[in-house]
Amino acid sequence: MNLPGDADFFGWVLYIAKHYGVIFLNGAGVTLLLALVGTLIGCVIGLLVGVLRTLPVRRDANPFVKTLHRLLQFILAAYIEVFRGTPMIVQAMVLYYGSMQVFKVDMTPLFAGFFVVSINTGAYMAETVLGGIDSIDIGQTEGAMAIGMSHWQTMLYVIMPQTLRNILPQIGNNLIINIKDTSVLNVISVTELYFSGNSAAGAFMRYFEVFFLICVIYFVMTFTCSRLLLWIEHKIDGSSYYSLVKSDMMADPSGHNPVHMGGGKTWTN
Amino acid sequence: MDELKSPILQVRHLSKSFGDNVVLRDINFETRHGNVICIIGASGSGKSTLLRCINMLETPTSGQILFHGQDITGKGIDINAYRAKVGMVFQSFNLFNNMTVLGNCMAGVTKVLKKDKKTAEDTAMKYLSKVGMAEYINAKPHQLSGGQKQRVAIARALAMEPEVLLFDEPTSALDPQMVGEVLEVMRSLAKEGMTMVIVTHEMAFARDVSSRVVFMKDGVVAEEGEPAELFGNPKQEATKDFLARFRNQ
Ligand SMILES: Nc1ncnc2c1ncn2[C@@H]1O[C@H](COP(=O)(O)OP(=O)(O)OP(=O)(O)O)[C@@H](O)[C@H]1O
Ligand SMILES: [Mg+2]
Repeated sequence: MNLPGDADFFGWVLYIAKHYGVIFLNGAGVTLLLALVGTLIGCVIGLLVGVLRTLPVRRDANPFVKTLHRLLQFILAAYIEVFRGTPMIVQAMVLYYGSMQVFKVDMTPLFAGFFVVSINTGAYMAETVLGGIDSIDIGQTEGAMAIGMSHWQTMLYVIMPQTLRNILPQIGNNLIINIKDTSVLNVISVTELYFSGNSAAGAFMRYFEVFFLICVIYFVMTFTCSRLLLWIEHKIDGSSYYSLVKSDMMADPSGHNPVHMGGGKTWTN
Repeated sequence: MDELKSPILQVRHLSKSFGDNVVLRDINFETRHGNVICIIGASGSGKSTLLRCINMLETPTSGQILFHGQDITGKGIDINAYRAKVGMVFQSFNLFNNMTVLGNCMAGVTKVLKKDKKTAEDTAMKYLSKVGMAEYINAKPHQLSGGQKQRVAIARALAMEPEVLLFDEPTSALDPQMVGEVLEVMRSLAKEGMTMVIVTHEMAFARDVSSRVVFMKDGVVAEEGEPAELFGNPKQEATKDFLARFRNQ
C-alpha cells in the first residue's frame, strides 16, 4: 500500500476518505437514525409528560384520585429532574451495563442508544412543552371550555397545535444537539460516526485528518437539518394573506342567510 | 308554553371570594326564554366574575346556579354538556389562533356536538353569514380587525345553537368605529328572541335591547329593573351616581 507522506494533510484526508468513506457514511447513518428516532420518540414522551403535568384535578375529587394525581406529578417531576441532571454518557453506561447485570437483559448497544437518547430528549422536551403550554394565552383554553370542550379536547385541538408550532425551533434545536451528542454513545460501542472515526484514527494513528473529516460530516448533517427545519416552519405558517370568498360563490338559494341589517342593506362588504 | 314561562337560568344566593377578597355576595337573578338581561356597573364590581361563575369558568364559593331547575354547581354534573348549551362571548374574543374562521365555527359542532363535517360546515356558514363574515372563512384570526374577530366569536357561539348566550363586555376591546358593527349583530339577535345575558358599558344599547337591567356595585346587585325605569328613574343613590358619571363622559 502506498501511504501518503507524513506532512501531506490533504493526501491523508483523501486517502482516508477513499478507504473509510463507506464506514464513515454508515456511522453517519447510524448517528442520523439515532438522532431522528430519538428526537421523535423524545417529542412524543415530552408531549405526553408535558400534557400530563397540566392535568387538572377537580377540587371535589375523592382522596384516592387526589393521591394518585399527586403521585403521578411527583414521578413525572422526578423523571425530568433526574434525566436533565445527569450526563447522557453516564446514563448510557448505567442503562446498558445495569440492564445486563440487574435485569439480565442483553440489549444491543444500538437499542440501548435509542433508549437513552429518547428518554433524555423526553425529559428536556417535557419542560419545553410545559413552557410552551404556559405561554399560550389562557383565553384560548377558556374559549375552548366555553363551547364545552373537555380538557383533552382543548389540549388536542387548540393548545397542542399552537404549542407545537411555538416549540418547533426547540425541537429542531434538540435534533441538532442529538446529532452531536449521540457521539457519547461510543462508550457503549454504538457504531455511530464518532466511533467509526475512532477506529479509523487508531488504525493509522492519523487523529487530526480523520477527525477533520468527521467534523465536516457532522457539520453537513447539522447544517442540512437546521435549514430543513426553517423551511418546514415557513411551510407551516402558510400564506400571510387570505382571499375573500365572494358571496355569490356561496349564494344561499333559500335567501335566509344574508341578514339585512338596519337600513336594509345586505351586510356583507 | 312551559318553556316560555319557566326560567332557563336562575342564580341563587351566589357568592364568590378569591381568598379573603369577597367579590360577589348573595347575587340573585333569573332569566327566561327570550329575555335580554344587561348587567352594568363600575369596573371591579364583579360583573365578569358573575358571568364566569354562570359558565363555571370560576367555581362559586356558595349559592346555586340552576339551569332548567338543575343545580349545575352540584356533583356529578356534566359541565361540558352544560357549557355547550350556554355560549360565551369574551371581551378579548378568544378565537382559536390555529384555526381559520370557518374552523373556529366548526370545531365545537364537530368535536363537542359530534355532528358530521357537512352539517357542521352548513351550520357554521349559516351563522357566519348572519354576522356578515361569510367571505372571510379562510382568514386566520390574526388577519382580522377587532370587530371582525368579535363577529366571528359570536358566530362560533351561535353555531353551538345554545339556549343562552353570555357576553362579557363584547365591545370594550374594540376601536370606537367597530363597536357599532358588533352591537348591530347583537341587536338583531335580541330581535330574533335569543336569550342573552350581557355585561356592557354601552348604556344606550342596554337601554334599547334589554328586558331587564341589573346594576352591580361592590359585588352586590344594587338595583334591578326595567330599562326605562332604571335609566329614567333610578331609585338608588349609587345607581344615580353611576349613570350621572356616564352621562358626563
Ligand atoms: N382570579 C382572581 N383572583 C383574585 N381576584 C380576582 C380574580 N378575578 C377577579 N378578581 C377581583 O374581583 C373583583 C371583580 O372583578 P371583575 O373582573 O369581576 O370586575 P368587573 O365588574 O368585570 O370589572 P370590569 O368592568 O373592569 O371588567 C376585582 O376586584 C378583581 O380584582
Ligand atoms: Mg369585566
